[in-house]
Amino acid sequence: MTANPTGQGVGLGMPQLPAPDFPADVRARLEADAKEVIARYPDSRSALLPLLHLTQAEEGFVSRTGVRFCAEVLGLTTAEVTAVATFYTMYRRKASGDYQVGVCTNTLCAVMGGDAIFDELKEHLGVGNNETTPDGKVTLEHIECNAACDYAPVVMVNWEFFDNQTPESAKAMVDDLIAGRPVAPTRGAPLCTYKETARILAGFPDEREGAVEASGGAGPASLIGLRIARGETPQLGKVVHPRGEASAATEEGE
Amino acid sequence: MTVTAEMHENGAPEKLLAPVLSAFWDEPQSWTLETYHRHEGYEGLRKALAMTPDDLIAYVKDSGLRGRGGAGFPTGMKWQFIPQGDGKPHYLVVNADESEPGTCKDIPLLFANPHSLIEGMIIACYAIRSEHAFIYLRGEVVPVLRRLHEAVREAYEAGYLGEDILGSGLKLDITVHAGAGAYICGEETALLDSLEGRRGQPRLRPPFPAVEGLYACPTVVNNVESIASVPAILNKGKDWFKAMGTEKSPGFTLYSLSGHVAGPGQYEAPLGITLRQLLDMSGGMRPGHRLKFWTPGGSSTPMFTAEHLDVPLDYEGVGAAGSMLGTKALQCFDETTCVVRAVTRWTEFYAHESCGKCTPCREGTYWLVQLLRDIEAGKGVMSDLDKLNDIADNINGKSFCALGDGAASPIFSSLKYFREEYEQHITGKGCPFDPRKSTLWADTEVNA
Repeated sequence: MTANPTGQGVGLGMPQLPAPDFPADVRARLEADAKEVIARYPDSRSALLPLLHLTQAEEGFVSRTGVRFCAEVLGLTTAEVTAVATFYTMYRRKASGDYQVGVCTNTLCAVMGGDAIFDELKEHLGVGNNETTPDGKVTLEHIECNAACDYAPVVMVNWEFFDNQTPESAKAMVDDLIAGRPVAPTRGAPLCTYKETARILAGFPDEREGAVEASGGAGPASLIGLRIARGETPQLGKVVHPRGEASAATEEGE
Repeated sequence: MTVTAEMHENGAPEKLLAPVLSAFWDEPQSWTLETYHRHEGYEGLRKALAMTPDDLIAYVKDSGLRGRGGAGFPTGMKWQFIPQGDGKPHYLVVNADESEPGTCKDIPLLFANPHSLIEGMIIACYAIRSEHAFIYLRGEVVPVLRRLHEAVREAYEAGYLGEDILGSGLKLDITVHAGAGAYICGEETALLDSLEGRRGQPRLRPPFPAVEGLYACPTVVNNVESIASVPAILNKGKDWFKAMGTEKSPGFTLYSLSGHVAGPGQYEAPLGITLRQLLDMSGGMRPGHRLKFWTPGGSSTPMFTAEHLDVPLDYEGVGAAGSMLGTKALQCFDETTCVVRAVTRWTEFYAHESCGKCTPCREGTYWLVQLLRDIEAGKGVMSDLDKLNDIADNINGKSFCALGDGAASPIFSSLKYFREEYEQHITGKGCPFDPRKSTLWADTEVNA
């Protein structure tokens, strides 16, 4: 890295001053949350990954203040916390968008169209990899395999599944995000913001009505073997399932 | 060769499949405790609690269940390795960090049927005498995290977790832990370091996790599907389980078909089914195309070609054919796909995910990427191909953990089966393939 999260270059002279603390009320609220997280583990350090998610729930990325907070509540040094925070790709190093749009460009999704989707989204949004639209809504990145290869090509938004995407469907989806229209994934709950998602990742269940049951039991591809085993004939021989049509075709047996 | 939709002499497709874990995924609320109860949920636990823990371990061992996370190690044996009466806490850690490219079985399983995992965990903890278990779920799957939170909550409420479970005196807490994006954490010792709040880097073994695992205490690390398979074995009996599959690879498992196939998705079948059988029942490759290469168990398992369609997909069969069963992630690519492009992308993945702890993997994957990018772009020279092989050879078996071996697999196997295609990129000074023809929508644009 050539720049630290505050945008300053790597300085070889004076060390950075310690990061400021959170305001007292924020600090008190986060400490109460942290206490709950730490209580889940026999050893407090195990709470570090969830606590880093928790600081992202507050600020949308892991700031130096967030690192300081984690270090103080766990009795670690900021260097120890930074070493962990920079190892994992889900921790953002700079302020980013409300919606993290990740296009899978690992081999299978890339070949099935992920590369084309990623290229068209870059052009459509006018941003590069890991960059955010000027309105602060969408951060675009390419991601690695997200365990949904039978739904390729896959796009993740705030880590909810958007299956069987095309460049057109993906562009329409980001347009909706930017316009503030509600967006629902193929599998998962209607989108909340990146910060709200980070709070779930810190281990605090999603309290929204209907979030757990949203999008139903299993997606169509997950059910194909089951349907064949029952002697049903799923619609086969075509690869492209325009959205809506596929679910109608596979749900009729229910 | 072309895979047709004809049925072979081995009968109707429904007889080749065996939905157990996936048996009720199509129920409207398949993930709830109420649905799970209607499908004999938590009956296996009652039967397990009627045994002594040692008898339970022996029973699971006798069933022949082998790990579904890739290595195929007997599950009961892992449990047996835990020293008893040592005075230390014991831990069960479920590896739900499913990140191997192509692998997509645990995530749909947990999304549709999380209670099979919870029940399996309670049984496993009773066997190994653990009072605290963890589910290490990769962070990038929030819909699954939601359902795990809910399933654990329901299990506590119903008395399956907490104090005095079902009046047995058994005590167990389950913590759901979300990771933060690192493929290496699927390696069991890296996972333990990560769960301890550190960078996910693999540990030197021995000591093995069974002796010094989480917090240096005896720990079992099992894959999601392995543990989720245990309740059915207890409920329906080990003989029922052993009647499926082969002698050395008994039971049922989830096969994940993906790529240029007509019917991508999950197929739960006895071990030993072949890709030809799976393709025959599911409509084959996409219309007008033929199978070119495929992985039996994710990108880390050496690739196969159409000549391997009849390889029995069990641990021994795939091993004998020169690859590994891995995670049964059957990624199928047709003749429109450039092998060099595919292998380059996988190698970029390994370079990105290399934890940096050991030199062969950290440096080797970096150089592999440089060479492969040049070759793909038509800037390679013939000697690069031997260099690729050399570098892969210096990673394979010489790295700290299996990530390095995995990185070498696609290099070796693609050079073995498709060396000519690499050479075409070099002599033709570019890639002879049109990536637009490989996309999901390619043929509809032509036909529309």
